[in-house]
Parts: sequence; C-alpha cells; structure tokens
Amino acid sequence: MTQVRVTVDGVEYVDDVEPRLLLVQYLRERLGKTGTVIGCDTSNCGACTVHLNGRSVKSCSVLAVQADGCEVATIEGLAREGELHPMQRAFNDNHALQCGYCTPGMIMQAIDLLGDNPDPSEHEVRHGLEGNLCRCTGYQNIVRAVLDAAGKMKPGAGAVPDDAAGIASGASVSGGGE
Amino acid sequence: MTASAPSAISQPEIGRPRTRKEDARLITGRSRYTDSITPQATLHMYVVRSPLAHATVKGVDKSAAERSPGVVGVYTAADLGVEAIGLPCAWPITPDMKSPQRPLLANTTVHFAGEGVAVVLARSAAAARDAADLVEVDYDLLEPVLDMEAALADGATLVHPELGTNENATWVFDSAAAGTGGDVAEAIAAAEADPDSVVVRRRFLQQRLIPAFMEPRSCLADPSGEQLTVYAATQVPHILRTMTTVTLGVPESKIRVIAPDVGGGFGGKIGVLPEEMLCVTLAQKLGKPVKWTETRSESLLAAHHGRDQIQDITITAKRDGTITGLDVRLLADMGAYLGLVGPGVPILGAFMFNAIYKIPALKFTCTNVFTTKTLTDAYRGAGRPEATFAIERMMDELAVELGREPMELRQQNWITHEEFPFTTVAGLTYDSGDYEQATSQAMATFDYEGLRREQAERRERGDRVQLGIGISTFTEMCGLAPSRVLGSLDYGAGGWEAASIRMLATGKVEVITGASAHGQGHETAFSQIVADHLGVPFEDVEVLHGDTQISPKGLDTYGSRSLVVGGVAIVKAADKVIAKARKIAAHLMEASEDDIEFEAGRFSVRGTDQGRTIQDIAFAAFMAHDYPEGMEPSLDSDCVYDPTNFSYPHGTHLAAMEVDTDTGRVELRRYVCVDDVGTVINPLIVEGQVHGGLAQGIAQALYEEATYDEQGTLVTGTFVDYTLPSAADLPSFDSAIVSTPATSNPLGVKGVGEAGTIASTPAIVNGVIDAVRHLGVTNVEMPCTPQRVWRAIQAAAGKATQETPTDTHSPGAGLGSIDPNNPQGEAL
Repeated sequence: MTQVRVTVDGVEYVDDVEPRLLLVQYLRERLGKTGTVIGCDTSNCGACTVHLNGRSVKSCSVLAVQADGCEVATIEGLAREGELHPMQRAFNDNHALQCGYCTPGMIMQAIDLLGDNPDPSEHEVRHGLEGNLCRCTGYQNIVRAVLDAAGKMKPGAGAVPDDAAGIASGASVSGGGE
Repeated sequence: MTASAPSAISQPEIGRPRTRKEDARLITGRSRYTDSITPQATLHMYVVRSPLAHATVKGVDKSAAERSPGVVGVYTAADLGVEAIGLPCAWPITPDMKSPQRPLLANTTVHFAGEGVAVVLARSAAAARDAADLVEVDYDLLEPVLDMEAALADGATLVHPELGTNENATWVFDSAAAGTGGDVAEAIAAAEADPDSVVVRRRFLQQRLIPAFMEPRSCLADPSGEQLTVYAATQVPHILRTMTTVTLGVPESKIRVIAPDVGGGFGGKIGVLPEEMLCVTLAQKLGKPVKWTETRSESLLAAHHGRDQIQDITITAKRDGTITGLDVRLLADMGAYLGLVGPGVPILGAFMFNAIYKIPALKFTCTNVFTTKTLTDAYRGAGRPEATFAIERMMDELAVELGREPMELRQQNWITHEEFPFTTVAGLTYDSGDYEQATSQAMATFDYEGLRREQAERRERGDRVQLGIGISTFTEMCGLAPSRVLGSLDYGAGGWEAASIRMLATGKVEVITGASAHGQGHETAFSQIVADHLGVPFEDVEVLHGDTQISPKGLDTYGSRSLVVGGVAIVKAADKVIAKARKIAAHLMEASEDDIEFEAGRFSVRGTDQGRTIQDIAFAAFMAHDYPEGMEPSLDSDCVYDPTNFSYPHGTHLAAMEVDTDTGRVELRRYVCVDDVGTVINPLIVEGQVHGGLAQGIAQALYEEATYDEQGTLVTGTFVDYTLPSAADLPSFDSAIVSTPATSNPLGVKGVGEAGTIASTPAIVNGVIDAVRHLGVTNVEMPCTPQRVWRAIQAAAGKATQETPTDTHSPGAGLGSIDPNNPQGEAL
C-alpha cells in the first residue's frame, strides 16, 4: 500500500492505495465519485476522462499513485453553487447527449479542448474529441454544443463562473499522469 | 388559472423542441448506472471464459484460484447445480425449430470463444479477476464451425451433435401461398422467357456487427429483503423478471428488477444473460449481494452480435422498368446458441424486402444456421436494415441493367401518395406516407441534378477522385407490435404496452410507463404528451419507469415501440383521468356532465364562467369529502394498449461519396435525409435519434465488422480493432423531417429510433459503387474499407492482387477483413 494525497473536486483526500489501483477505480470505488464512468479497457473510449492538474486525462490510464499531490477535477465538481458550467449547459441546450454514458468524459475533454483552442472550427472540435466515443448522438450535437460553449465562454461573453475558468485553462501542468 | 391559463394554450407542448429533463443528472455526474450501485458486503463475480471456439472441457482445476486472496468461491455449473438449466428463446419461428440448451456455464462442451466455463466470486472485482487467471481449464480441441454454407453441407462438423444438423430452422413466406400476391417462380420463368424482361441476381453479404453500447453490461442481485432485487443494465426489466422465473423458477412475485440509468442498448441489451442468472443464483446461495460488470473486451466477445447474413436476391422486371417479382434467399448466422429473439430477427425483415414498391410477387426463404461464434440477436433495426439494404442495392442494380436513372426507376415502382392505405405483397397495410414529398425535398436540398452534372464532368475528365451518388428510399415497420400478429408469427409474448397516471393531491402528475428508456428521452417526450393532454405544466409531470415495483406491467423498449405503443397507452390513460375528473367536476359545479367542457387543464360549465382546474379536481378527489355516488374518489387511471397495426416511417436518404481511385479511400462528402416519422413530439429528440441512427448505419457501410480468424477467435475484441466511428470520422448531416401523421394511432406518431440506421447503409454503399461503376466495379463488400474498394477497382481493371485465403474471407467467417498479407487493412 502506498499513501496518496489527492485533491478531488476541491476536497483533499489521504488514502492508502494499492500501487496498481487505477485513478478511475480510486475515484469510483474509494471516493464514491461514480459520475466518472468506465467504458472500455484499452483507453479508447474516453468515458473516464477527468482533469489532472487542469489537463484532461483518461483516468483508466493513470494510476492513483501518479495523482499523488495533484488536483483532480471530475464532472461532479464542475457546477458551482448550483450554477452549471457553460459546457454542461451547452450539452443540455444542444441535445448533445442521449444515454449520457460518454457525457462526463466528453464534457471534460471538450473543456480541455477549449482551454487549448478557445475558438475552434468544426473540424478542430471533431479532431479534438477523437479520443472520446459516443454511440448515441452521431456527434453532430456534441460538436454543436462545444461550438456553442466556445462562443459563450469567449472573454467578455460573461458565461464562465470564476472557478470553472480556472479548470478550463489549467492551473498548473506539473505532475501529470502520462 | 383562468386568465393566465397554461402556456399550453398558446404553445402546445407536442412539437416543441424541449431540452431534456433527464440531462440534469447526466451532465452533472448524478447518474445511476448499475455498476455504480454497490451495497454493503457486495461480492463481485468474474467469468472464466473459454479462449477456444469449440472444445470439450475435460477438467477445471479451481484450487489455486480458491486460495487467492479475497476469493469467496469458484464455481462451475456442476458446483451450482445448474447444468440442466437453459436460457430461454422466446421466438420458436417454426414448429420444428432446432433449439439447443443454452447453459449458464458450459457443461462438457464450449461452443464459442468467450463462453463462460466457471465463475469466481470475491470481495472485490480486482480480486475476482486476479483469481480467474488462476483457474486452469483442460480442453480437448474440436473443429470450429465458421462458414454457414459449409456448416449446411453433408458431413459438416456439428455445433450441437444432439440436434443432428447445423440448421436451426427454415422459414418461408410465399405471397402466392399467403394469397397476398403472385408466384415468384412463375414470375422468374416468365421473365426468363420474355426478351422484354430482365432477371437480375445478386449476392450481398451482411457482415457481423457488434451493438457496442457505451455502458458495458452489468448486473447486481441483492437478496436482502423479501423480494430479490436485480439491478441490470438492460432494455427489458419486465421481460428479465418474467424470464428469471422461467429460467430459475424463482416466483415472479419474489423478484424486483430495476433498470436504473442504462447507457445505451440498440438491441444489444434485449437479452436474458447467463451472467444475470448466475448473479441471482449466487446471491441466493450466499445470501449476499452479487455484482457482475463486464469489461469492454468481454462485451465485444460475449454480448450478442447482430446482422451476419448471406443474401441471394433475384429481381425480375419488364424492360419498361415495372418490377414483376422478388425472390429472397437468406442464410442467417445464429452463432452457437439462440438468443431471446435471435431466430426471429431475420423474419422481421421478411415483410420489408418489398419496401415502398409495388411488387406483385414475393418469396422469402430464410435458413438459420448454427456456427461456433457468439450468438446473434437484435441490433438496431433487427432484420429491417438487412432487407432495406438488399432491396435498395437491387434497385440500383436493376437501374444499371435497364439503363435507367435510379431515382426515376424507384419512382416508377413506388406506392404513390394517393394509393394509401396500401396493402403490400407481404400482407401489411401501410396506413400513410408520401414518398414523393420526402424525395423531392431531399433532392432539392441535396442539389441532386447539380451533383449528377459534377459526377459526369469528373468521369469525363477521369479525375483521380470520383463522385458517387447513393440513394436509399426506405420504409420500415415500427411499433412492435399488434399482439395477434406476434401470435401468428409464434412469438412468445404480446406487443402491448402499459401506462398509469397518478394525479397527486398537490396537482403534480406521475406517469408510469412500461417502456424502459436507455437514452431515448422518454421522460421529456412523455411529459410533453401528458402536459398537452391534461393541460398541466410540463414541469409538473414526472415520468417513472424501469422498476418493476413502480411500473409492474410493461414490455419494455425495442423495435421503435416506446412512443408508438407506450406513448399511445399514456394518451389513453390520460383520457380516462379526464373522464373521471369530468364526473367530479360536474358534481362539484352542480352541472350535467354533458355540459362540462375540458380545455387546457380546465373544466368549465358550457355557457358560464364557472370552472375548476384539473388540479382542483385532483385535490377534491384526494379530500374525498364530496364526490359523486357510485364513483371511487380517485382520478388515477391505467391503460394497456395493444396496437392495431404497425407504423411505417419512411424517408429518402442521399449520400455524396468521393472515392480516391488510386487508394480506395472513401469520403462521405454530404449526407441529406428527409424522414417522415408522422407527428413529431419533440423535434430536438427526433433529430438526435436520426443523427445517431445515421452514424450506426454509416458505420456498417464503412467501418465496422466483427471478424473471426480460422480458429474461431474473435479478432475484433477491443475498441482498437472494432472500429466505432469517432467525431473525426463523420460529417455533419443535413437531416429534415416531413410529416404525414399515422392514421393507426391517436397521436399520429410512427417511431424514429431505427430509421437512420435502416436507411443509411445502402445509401452509402450505393454511393461508393456509383463512384466507381464506370470503372467496371459492380459490388464492394461491407465495410467498404480502402482495401476492399481498391481491390474491387483492380479486379474490375483485370489486374491481379494478392490472393486472400478463402477460409478467413468466406462470408460465414464474418467476411474476414483481416488479410494476412495486410493485417491492418491499410490501403496498398
């Protein structure tokens, strides 16, 4: 067992974990963060995408011990004081989800994408989401939602809650899980 | 509530693009999928699966696994005493259908790679999985059975020797015998003898697909309490409850099944699983909750597959383009066992081969075949995509044979809008439709003429990248199904759906439906229907589903039935609520019931300003201080609705395909579709269903295939190999809706869940072939990978390409896109 100290959605946790425990298992099984889900075992589907120190990672491809000393943001921590993140709102507004299983990962990846490229083209959005599979929507409304959120999150558009802006742009890039 | 009465007056809920109610929990991670539910002391099950397709199990050594940390037990079928138990098949399509036992765990023989041999139960999922690796199974290898035609030949290795054959059943529909049309043999003989007629014969292959819902299957059986509670990632909680009784003998009244949030199904979660029955058995045995969640690799390997047919089609027509007959001969791969409705899936297509056309004679003959592969069952469209593909490909082939413009040929043969209702050669009565309207709108949006001109120019110039135009004018039968029709097809259940409406004391409304959503948006669409019918705010309607204790009666969600059958049940329950409320309103206002009018949620006395809202009446019924004699003090109402007909959505889909003739690379440049799904309840949801359906149909045409190697091992066992399209693989679609309301139900709805998938596959493939037809290409097998397209171009030019072994490329072997000379399938 190895001790890890991880801040998840703003709360600090100290836990003993097996060295082989995946971050996604730690989130789901130890912390009860079941909003993050598992869709495959080969890191293809992206359903488990979270942010590690502000950058998106597939949490099935990161060991919990690699997250020691890191900040993790999940879908459960995006909304602040009842206010949805603009990306969450855009997914609802644009009917960008059906069964909802890919949605947490898709939203986390989309926020990361806009952090890199705040004003993407449709082509750039499609390629930026390539690592996240959806079986329900045909992606069209997901792409529309991301473009919609991009418009609303532009500086001056006033749609970004203070803290959420920090998640999108990334507070730090150290200690990543790759 | 008089002056500022509900907004429903000015803006009806039906037809409104409401954003979905169910999103709030799903976009915030407040979801509740089965694997997220873990009661205290839950034990975790892992299945030890056979790596071999066909083998005798000589022994299972559990000792090392049993000593592994955290393991509670390791069990074979014999250890659990379940050797004699078989999972049910609910669709015996013929009286003499051959039906092997489908065991919970293999007894003495494994029949496909991925079949369970033993289970490990442990304190954590990881411990169970670790220990499973320590279970030693001693196998004696048997010959795999992979090719359908070879499997039917004399002397073939038998998948189930006790059946004496690999043929599951042969099912025939003959319009001459049924009295619904002419004799196909005569039509073919006449066409062959007539110089003014043509006979076109083609063989098409429907490759094996995997539904690949995003949420892996999962089950939790909790024996605490009086009823055994089963949580399952299923489309069919009600059917699962009944079938658990049928399979294990647990009284139905002692089982509660809950389908919490379910992450997609597409037919793939319609089954009753060995793993579900094992969870129940183990939970009962140990008195503790038992949970199983599959990995994605297990899901691809062992969850049921779809399609996998060889289609031999013969069409006859006069030289003037009039179709005179259609003969359909299918081989359908059942895999190693029969799924819940597996044998009937090809039969659902039998009635759709004639599609939108006036074909005077139809014969359909389908032989189902056992192989040592994963079983097949429903996958989005279930039988109807296969049929639509075949007829729409044939219409293009016939057009080429006759030298006709393919859309014009379709138009010549389709049912015109004045001819509805129209009884087809398959005996179905299409109630409504307007193929002309959908087609002309689609052609205008697509700029059909302009693209045809561009195509001609590019052909003339000999451009490296050629343009093809793919057409699919489809219809489907939805809203499964009138119970009597299902009875006539020997289906093991009815096709009704149940609904209840509860008017709460405070005026809120609970709607209980037997349909079980897994992404379709029932909560939103059904709320819209009830809001309009009862005149209550959309926000005040709560839709409850997916729990047999809350919704005790239902037949669940598949076959585009939820709205067409379940939605109509809700309307009829709402009518009963209004009828009861009317009596109470009349009583309270001391008026004759005949003088009570109901509009926008308000009962009023004709010719007066007296009125009570439906919420007032609900409260009065709750208080029960003053209500009419002979009536119960309640507005609550139930309905079980059995549809009288199927519904028949249709549409015209057009694809502009670009093919690089040097590399075989295919690109979908433009996709336009106009679908007629009858009345639209929520255009946002309809559009989403169309988009998602298109993606799956396009994926069959271009990307997906479940492939087995010559040993019968699934080669496409991960998402690395089974290539679902990503956002980068698809364009934005131009989809539109027109509406000729169904006349067979009071909502006028037709269903939309499967339309995109059914229509799009032939549009894409017709487009690919149209792009290279002038080079001599007449067919490209699906998926139309660059390699296949390139090979087809080379073959048409008379150039040799490397031979590919027939054993991996034969149709029954999943069409084998794996070429040993080019295992990655890259363009050469």
